[in-house]
Amino acid sequence: MTDQAPILEVRDLSVSLPISGRMVPVVTDLSMSISPGEAVALVGESGCGKSMTARAIIGLPPPGAVVSGSIRLEGRELTTLSPRERRRVGGRGIGFIFQEPMTSLHPTLSIGQQMTDALRYNLNLPTRVARDRARELLARVGLPKERDLLNAYVHELSGGMRQRVMIAMAISCNPKLVIADEPTTALDVTIQAQVLELLIAMRAEIGLAMLYISHDLEVVAEFCDRAIVMYAGDQVEAGTPVECLKMPHHPYTRGLVDAIPHAGEARARLSPIPGQVPSLGSWPRGCRFQPRCPRQDDRCATRPELATVVRSEVRCWHPLVGEVS
Amino acid sequence: MLRFLGQRLLLMIPTVVVPLVLVFLLLRLAPGDPAAQILGDQASPSEIAALRSEMGLDLPLPVQFVLWAKNIVTLKLGTSFFFKQPVIDLLPQYALVTLQIALAALFLAVALGSILGVVAAINKDGVLDRGLVGVAVLGISLPEFWLALLLIFLFAVTLRWFPVSGYVPPADGLLASAATIALPALALGIRQSALITRMMRSSMLDVLGEPYIVTARAQGLPEAMVIGRYAVRTAAIPVVTVAGLSASYLLSGAVSIELIFSLPGLGKLLIDAVARRDYPVVEGAVLLIALMLAALNLIIDVVYALLDPRVRMG
Ligand SMILES: Nc1ncnc2c1ncn2[C@@H]1O[C@H](COP(=O)(O)OP(=O)(O)OP(=O)(O)O)[C@@H](O)[C@H]1O
Ligand SMILES: [Mg+2]
Repeated sequence: MTDQAPILEVRDLSVSLPISGRMVPVVTDLSMSISPGEAVALVGESGCGKSMTARAIIGLPPPGAVVSGSIRLEGRELTTLSPRERRRVGGRGIGFIFQEPMTSLHPTLSIGQQMTDALRYNLNLPTRVARDRARELLARVGLPKERDLLNAYVHELSGGMRQRVMIAMAISCNPKLVIADEPTTALDVTIQAQVLELLIAMRAEIGLAMLYISHDLEVVAEFCDRAIVMYAGDQVEAGTPVECLKMPHHPYTRGLVDAIPHAGEARARLSPIPGQVPSLGSWPRGCRFQPRCPRQDDRCATRPELATVVRSEVRCWHPLVGEVS
Repeated sequence: MLRFLGQRLLLMIPTVVVPLVLVFLLLRLAPGDPAAQILGDQASPSEIAALRSEMGLDLPLPVQFVLWAKNIVTLKLGTSFFFKQPVIDLLPQYALVTLQIALAALFLAVALGSILGVVAAINKDGVLDRGLVGVAVLGISLPEFWLALLLIFLFAVTLRWFPVSGYVPPADGLLASAATIALPALALGIRQSALITRMMRSSMLDVLGEPYIVTARAQGLPEAMVIGRYAVRTAAIPVVTVAGLSASYLLSGAVSIELIFSLPGLGKLLIDAVARRDYPVVEGAVLLIALMLAALNLIIDVVYALLDPRVRMG
């Protein structure tokens, strides 16, 4: 699978944002490659830059952001496209599922209007055909056929239904890649599992490649082929999610794994990582994790490069090589 | 939607009734006798008494009120003491002038204000935005009567593009009629359009930061569609409130701007009728203005409901 030409190839992606008058880096030197049909997870704590990475990839960073590096979709460089051409990548090239289905769907346009707009514009379908296809898509993501959801508005739907609509919209124009930004975080626990199942099923059915953003390494281990662990805007480790869980090489990944609660285990055994994530604009010069790292020494004052450790890529001077006890 | 309309119609009743009752009381309780006014200085007390009983002014106030209320409800507005014409025949020609001015001003305010507001928002902090915001601040701070005089001086006296005053009804030529209301409408509309520009701008800026706009863009929709369909649709909702206030303001503004441009509208009719103690005309004109304001509120509510499904169904 990984021998095929990648769908998405990101090289040295950096994003800076203007914050109180100066440009502050939010994501630095992130690289990844996603092959057709592959699911890659982007994992990290809140605020580490996962959403910013995703928004840079679809070309919709916040106003004033500076994005550098290379982003190729099916071999085509996106960063040099004109704004108009860049916009056309959305929908047809990359589908996007947002974290908050309530606020990410238009409040006063019906579901049908929102879906058919994209279908008509991206696939040049006539309105009637677009409506039929929208109806089909809604049925496909498991929404009840009896209800005329095309004429419904977002406030009439439950959280799970909204996210199903988002998924239907994301796949509506046949993209080869879908980016899902924490698609289950805003949902009830029981609904989370259903939506995740739907996503996994859709992926298998259509052969979609997926970039799945999450803060839960265990969840992504169930269906993702690879995981990229981010810390403070930096990619600290990349490997299979199982490897990350069983044999984390970066001390931060190890910290994440140790902090996962397990059934039957006493709470006291959980060991949260000491210290706090450095705030934007005050990242350490060298390794970003250094101030919180149990293995740090003088070398960590310079930034380590990504290097291969066993089967993973790790950005650390002192990677761990043993299994988690 | 029908229940929604029914509710709104019920809410209209107090907006019409309250001003009418106030006018009834004010006219009856104010000093001065309309019969004496009508008959002039030469009239004898018995002549005046005869007219008073003819007009029903000698009856006790509660009785007068009941008779009056019955007449209002059945739209028997009576005959003008001064014009000796049924009030109901008199009102339309005056109302037309007022409506023409108010609607032209409203159209100017909403169309210009919305477009400029959107343009400013999508050029946020650019030269165009700064310029528009500056002009809007200026527009808001200019008092209407002053603007009216300025416009008269510039366009009517100096450039002679428009007549200084006077009125041509639409039946005598649409263009000539439009020319006579152009300056009053402009004088009235500019301030409101500046208000709407500011409102639309800030509303658009809020909406453009909403996640559903990112969704629309991420769907690959072109920017013109994202702005014109996805953003303006929600940004317009708070603007409708402001436009509604503008509209009632413009209606009353039209009544007073008529005096500056000496146009024969409801305002002039009302002022003259009060001076002449022509009760039926005063009451008729107030009833009509109240009805127009109520109808306006209804229209605003309907526009609201059309724009926002949550209102329609809630
Ligand atoms: N528009 C913005 N302006 C300024 N700073 C921003 C903006 N959007 C995000 N940030 C900051 O950029 C950093 C990265 O944000 P991002 O949304 O990518 O985090 P995340 O990893 O997706 O977190 P979460 O799990 O909470 O969604 C955060 O510190 C956030 O505060
Ligand atoms: Mg996020």
